[in-house]
Amino acid sequence: METLSHLAHGFSVAFTPVNLMWCLLGTTLGTAIGVLPGLGPALTIALLLPITYQVAPEASFILFAGIYYGAMYGGSTTSILLNTPGESATIVTALEGNRMARSGRGGAALATSAIGSFVAGTLGTLGVAFLAPVVVKFALSFGPAEYFSLMVLAFITVSAVLGSSSVRGLTSLFIGFVIGMIGVDLQTGQPRFTFGMSQLLDGVDVIVVAVGLFAVGETFYMASRRYAGKDEIVPLKGSLYMTAAEWARSWKAWLRGALLGFPIGALPAGGAEIPTFLSYAIEKKLSKHKEEFGAVGAIEGVAGPEAANNASAAGVLVPMLTLGLPTSATAAIMLSAFQSYGINPGPMLFMTQANLVWGLIASLFIANIILVILNLPLIGLWVRLLKIPAPQLYAGILVFATVGTYGISQSPTDLVILYLLGGAGFLMRRFDFPTAPVIIGMILWPLAETQFRRAMTISNGDWSVFYKHPLSLTLLTLAFIGLIGPHIYAYVERRRMRGPEHVPGDA
Amino acid sequence: MSTSDQQAAPPRLAVPELLIGIGLFACAGAVAWQTLSIPVSPLYSKVGPTVFPYITMIGMTILSLLLIVAALRGGWQPEEEKETPTDWKAMGIVAVGLVANLVLIQPLGFTAASVIMFVLICYGFGSRHPLRDVLLGLILALAAYFGFARALGVNIGAGFIENQLNTGLDSIIRVLRG
Repeated sequence: METLSHLAHGFSVAFTPVNLMWCLLGTTLGTAIGVLPGLGPALTIALLLPITYQVAPEASFILFAGIYYGAMYGGSTTSILLNTPGESATIVTALEGNRMARSGRGGAALATSAIGSFVAGTLGTLGVAFLAPVVVKFALSFGPAEYFSLMVLAFITVSAVLGSSSVRGLTSLFIGFVIGMIGVDLQTGQPRFTFGMSQLLDGVDVIVVAVGLFAVGETFYMASRRYAGKDEIVPLKGSLYMTAAEWARSWKAWLRGALLGFPIGALPAGGAEIPTFLSYAIEKKLSKHKEEFGAVGAIEGVAGPEAANNASAAGVLVPMLTLGLPTSATAAIMLSAFQSYGINPGPMLFMTQANLVWGLIASLFIANIILVILNLPLIGLWVRLLKIPAPQLYAGILVFATVGTYGISQSPTDLVILYLLGGAGFLMRRFDFPTAPVIIGMILWPLAETQFRRAMTISNGDWSVFYKHPLSLTLLTLAFIGLIGPHIYAYVERRRMRGPEHVPGDA
Repeated sequence: MSTSDQQAAPPRLAVPELLIGIGLFACAGAVAWQTLSIPVSPLYSKVGPTVFPYITMIGMTILSLLLIVAALRGGWQPEEEKETPTDWKAMGIVAVGLVANLVLIQPLGFTAASVIMFVLICYGFGSRHPLRDVLLGLILALAAYFGFARALGVNIGAGFIENQLNTGLDSIIRVLRG
């Protein structure tokens, strides 16, 4: 019940006219960048990081959270009407949603995804409000060794377990480690990885890395693929009102999706891919209209995954706020916004910054309401955004990329690094390396190093702290299983598959 | 069906992937070089500044070797990517646009450099209306400049265009304030 009084206090923070304005601005901007292909919440928040020098922490986090939630809503519009999922989390929405749009039921698909996002986003935010204090109580008992082991587990889950290849995921993560270590080591004052260049002593700003990988890299990639053929926008047909039958088919899928998405998002693994794919599989299995899947488009196949996506986005905020552990690129950039205010997310945040945390959570409820209004009646406006031609869109993105990067210190060196990272981002996109682990790695590796050093100082240089503490040992074991498990499983599967094939060959 | 075909064919060396692997191996080498050149002060013998760089160095080396092995076994590119020819010309023009921006931003200021970059990138993406693009680029660059520089208080390189407009704007504000 303590949570309710905190929440009430949070609403009193969020309901001030200024903060409501930030929330409206964030959700509108978030929806727009979610709709536009090539722009995502991580890139947008990175470009807006300088705002942290100008306004109070409450205001900028309400803005960032609005962008974060809004991008989820906007992304589904693009998936349904254009069949180009802006993010991996909306791939599944595109599967059935685009088919529905093609068979003239685009309105219902957009409605079920917006209302489903609202239901799941609200449930997920409630989950944050009630789960976070529990995690905080638990996390207060963590020592540096536990934190370090938890970060190791997060490193493995975000890079090796999710995604198509653990080797490529880990490679991205290690590239992030290298970038994160560039600059002066804060504890000893030694310059590291600066290649003797004084411009690198301050390190590489996360803005440069995020903009380079996401904006410049994406622009190169789109330029390189002009021969790939264009996606056409399916004109919006059908009313936005769902029939009674469509409601009946949707609401259970929303709830199931939310129940699936939130816990998986809240785990230190994070990621919205797994819950959306799971939800799709479950809905397909439970549906009474199996024949519609993959043919004319089944509404459950949009409702469930879209709810799972939004609930897991809310879930990601739990480890971010309570443990300071970001599990997505967007969360990692939000963490660097906390750092720019000199605030350390973690269990103490809920005591020292109660205004900020509860105001943020309350504003998420408000954001959900604003978003469902922005996305249903005003859908025609967002569809028009899809018609911005690619040349001007990408050229415009790069103008903003230049502003964001050059504005940090007016140094052309930053632009050189930006373009080099853009080239790297292109290669990563082209050769299927995930980019999020780079951002997570560069933010989290220095924090992991700090915790490691603390643990070693407390233990007087004795390495055994990491496996003598039961919790730390458990986390490291889980990380090890996450790294090795899938390979053993794949090996066993391959053996089983190969078994019967050999028999006819031998005979 | 396709998988059995793939298994039947002997694994072929994938050149692009091999280059990526070798490039990353070279990066691992650069990491090693930088790690070994970090001076270690005996005062910090417990956990010095080199422990995490060493971990990174070892990890990078192992991963790049694994990628080289994967490339020797036929690579990992998705079929769809392999079949799409890369439009090098478009990419080249975009790159020229970026370099132009980099070179011109200090002498000409942000807005002028951005307009040139904008037009070149549009051209690279296939737009054939340079005049319209100049206009669009100018509007966008000015919006970005005034949105960031004046509203967010970020200082981005002012050139001829910005200075003229800034003086104009300041005098308008002065007049408005009486």
